[in-house]
Amino acid sequence: MIVARRNLIVGGAGLLLAGCDKVAAIPQARRILFSGEDMHRGLQRALMDRAALAPEFTREQMSPVFRANGTRDPGTPGYAAMVANGFADYRLRIGGLVDRPLSLSLDQLASMPARSQITRHDCVEGWSAIGQWQGPMLGTVLKAAGMRGSARYVVFTCADLYNGQPYYESIDTIDAFHPQTILALKMNGARLTVPHGAPVRLRVERQLGYKHAKYVTGIDAVASLDGIGKGKGGYWEDNVDYDWYAGI
Amino acid sequence: MDPSVSDPVIRRHRLATRLWHWVNAVAVFVLLGSGLGISNAHPRLYWGRYGANFDHAWAQLPRFPAWITIPASYNLAISRRWHLLFALVFAFGLLGYMIVSLLNRHFATRLRLRRADVSPTHLAQDVRDHWNFRFHDANDPGAYNSLQKWSYILTIFVALPAMILTGLALSPGMNAAWPWLLEVFGGRQSARSIHFVTAALIGGFIVIHIALVILAGAGNELRSMLSGKWKVPRS
Repeated sequence: MIVARRNLIVGGAGLLLAGCDKVAAIPQARRILFSGEDMHRGLQRALMDRAALAPEFTREQMSPVFRANGTRDPGTPGYAAMVANGFADYRLRIGGLVDRPLSLSLDQLASMPARSQITRHDCVEGWSAIGQWQGPMLGTVLKAAGMRGSARYVVFTCADLYNGQPYYESIDTIDAFHPQTILALKMNGARLTVPHGAPVRLRVERQLGYKHAKYVTGIDAVASLDGIGKGKGGYWEDNVDYDWYAGI
Repeated sequence: MDPSVSDPVIRRHRLATRLWHWVNAVAVFVLLGSGLGISNAHPRLYWGRYGANFDHAWAQLPRFPAWITIPASYNLAISRRWHLLFALVFAFGLLGYMIVSLLNRHFATRLRLRRADVSPTHLAQDVRDHWNFRFHDANDPGAYNSLQKWSYILTIFVALPAMILTGLALSPGMNAAWPWLLEVFGGRQSARSIHFVTAALIGGFIVIHIALVILAGAGNELRSMLSGKWKVPRS
């Protein structure tokens, strides 16, 4: 009797679990399921000072090995050519809703006031690694380009393809002008290596790892994410249903 | 036979308790299922602030099979969607239940520890009573027994809040908003480990809880959590 009841409970739980997948396939239910992201963003933005800093760490607290993840080498002929001459021909293009579109060399980026920070990188999968990052603040670059007030998002174009599609990411202007949001040129005191996104990697410290676009070649200020990629603001958001707001 | 004579029926559970019980049951069910799906993305646990593939893991978890995860086929994005939406149901549900239970004196009347609840002799007797499937005090059948009180207190006031707080400590946004929370748990990877261990303890609570509901009479217990009405067992 008890065994039969236990089977009923286990069997019932299995049916309920399978039911969850059925529910998630209904468009209206899926919309509710996906609305959690907006609630968390709203709650976090309400609780958090706009300039609240992500925790920073000491050298002694750094990971002994900082694993590379995602694309480890874009491998395209264009990128390989840039690597071959030490990124001498690299230019970071800044455009979109700006008064002065820019094209900056690595030397020009390196001559801008830099911020150095030892922060924790949290992958959406659950692991964390602590490393040091250094480079100009994104806000400085956007101000130099004269970003217009109509811009609401900043979109990052990358040199790599992921599963054959161009990797890109986007953040809103709150995170874009956050003091810890930098265009990292250096990691752990040395020039960025190819596995970690050479020559320029975005750091957006209050969000998960997939937002930290590597191999950044272009930055565009935009009013809306519609019409860019599939419209959800990033490679993972477009193709794998990851949250655009990755603060949780 | 007049059932009111042989089987007195009392109102066992308040509406707020019943409502929260079922809302919470659904939320915990979804959170455990989706949590196991998330675990499959990186089934290694660490202590401290950082922890990744090259670092020492204190535990390597098994791959959880499709029949126990939400969704059944591995999909980290959808597991997270379920987990983070129902985390809100779970957290605000617990908060609401706690506020109401303070106001309606549910905590004060039903869960307050009395002298007997901390007396070793009484607790030993309670264990023997459980062993003999005697769960109710004949003089006060509606009251929780001591072991029941302790398990509810530890679950409601320690385990469930610990899940919420360790969960929040995993959020890089919340780390900026409430940096102290990270220090309470000794870093994000420690918080993640405590999150997993506490989830396992809650899983254990559910198994024992359901087993005892069945032993105490599943129909009567289920009805009392639905309508509030509970038939006092003849001892």
